[in-house]
Amino acid sequence: MLREYLPILIFLGLASILGLALYTVGSLAGPSRPDAEKLSPYECGFEAFEDSRMRFDVRYYLVAIIFIVFDLEIAFFFPWAVSLRETGVFGLITMLIFALILVVALVYDYRKGALEWD
Amino acid sequence: MWQWTPLRDVLSQWITPYWAAPLLLAVQIFMVMICLILVMAFYTLAERKIIGWIQARRGPNRVNLFWIPGLGQPFADVFKLIFKEILIPADSNQFLFRLAPFLALVPALAIWAVIPFAPEKVFANIDAGLLYILAMTSMGVYGIILAGWAANSKYAFLGAMRSAAQIVAYEIAMGFALVGVLMAARSLNIGDIIHAQSGGALSWNWFWLFPLLVVYFIAGVAETNRAPFDVAEGESEIVAGFHVDYSGMAFALFFIAEYVNMITVSALTVIFFFGGWLSPFQGYHLWGLLPDDALLAQPGFFWFGLKMLGPMFSFLWLRATFPRYRYDQIMRLGWKALIPVTLVWLLVEGVMVYCQVGPWKT
Repeated sequence: MLREYLPILIFLGLASILGLALYTVGSLAGPSRPDAEKLSPYECGFEAFEDSRMRFDVRYYLVAIIFIVFDLEIAFFFPWAVSLRETGVFGLITMLIFALILVVALVYDYRKGALEWD
Repeated sequence: MWQWTPLRDVLSQWITPYWAAPLLLAVQIFMVMICLILVMAFYTLAERKIIGWIQARRGPNRVNLFWIPGLGQPFADVFKLIFKEILIPADSNQFLFRLAPFLALVPALAIWAVIPFAPEKVFANIDAGLLYILAMTSMGVYGIILAGWAANSKYAFLGAMRSAAQIVAYEIAMGFALVGVLMAARSLNIGDIIHAQSGGALSWNWFWLFPLLVVYFIAGVAETNRAPFDVAEGESEIVAGFHVDYSGMAFALFFIAEYVNMITVSALTVIFFFGGWLSPFQGYHLWGLLPDDALLAQPGFFWFGLKMLGPMFSFLWLRATFPRYRYDQIMRLGWKALIPVTLVWLLVEGVMVYCQVGPWKT
């Protein structure tokens, strides 16, 4: 059972090695002549006048929260979808009620303006 | 995956059979990865050529390979990038800055462990294949957001924030579209999802799940940060977005990851909606012209590769045709158009399953 996951492990390992090899070749073959101007963050020629880890819009945070809820819903949907023909009309109605709650939440977000972005 | 006897015999001469199998697997995986990188290299050339032709230009035509103008361009680009300096900005978080390109590249390549190239030709035939794919596509976000945060540059930070919010928004639409595919396939195993579609071009999922196909592909374009959803790197406002401070091969790793992701989304579109390696003529005899044992009626890698050209071309076509969306338009499309469409179609599909319409006869 777990044996079938071995190729994935090898794949992850080889992909890391490939990336590391490309990176190493680049850092060995390329020049390395850093100076203060080169190492400053790129801002179209202006000097950076403040740290860039600034405050950001709260809406990004809101999107992340809504995402977590919906992504969990999808995780609930997956086993239901696979077994729909076994659960039949009972499964369909159960998920309809569940999806209705989801849609109510989505409509609430919509009306509250959580999905607005301007 | 493949029983490749010549190599296996050579290997088993000087190592024990216990290690020969994983080593053979590693060699095959390495070859698939090299092929993937080569496809990606020529895909960049195809992109520049095709967009050139669409805009009545010639595209790259100076670097010749085998006397074909432009064919050597990807290799010239690679060699240029190899000999460029890799800069690590002074104020950046050094470790995360170096780590981020790998976090973008490794999941992009590792998805191919579960993608079947031909019947039974898959590295990891796991039952949770679809979950694995979703997990790996989500991992790609880490590379982007870490790159943007670690660089300590305003452009990179803005690009990463935009990109993360956009990717999570479209991942929901993508997930719901895949629920529809699961309802049709009744399995999370990628091979079974393809098998469930067998029976010729009209029994593939695209016909009954057409709205989900549209949603899936649009979400795929948004997930890979491609035009018209490329506000994460919108070159006219935030220069290059999350990878603005990367140079040389560090940038190349992001570049490879982005293009491999495009190829992956194309492959997944084909697998979920166009029957993967199935033949479109399966079950159609075309008035006796095509018997069941004809080559064109057989499934195979040939069909998989041929079908992948469609979505891959569409990526470039979209980029050449549409102007970039504004960010609020992107969020509106994701939350207010694509997610409701998928929810409605899931309901329709559930009723279709219940009434046993279409391919859902048990």
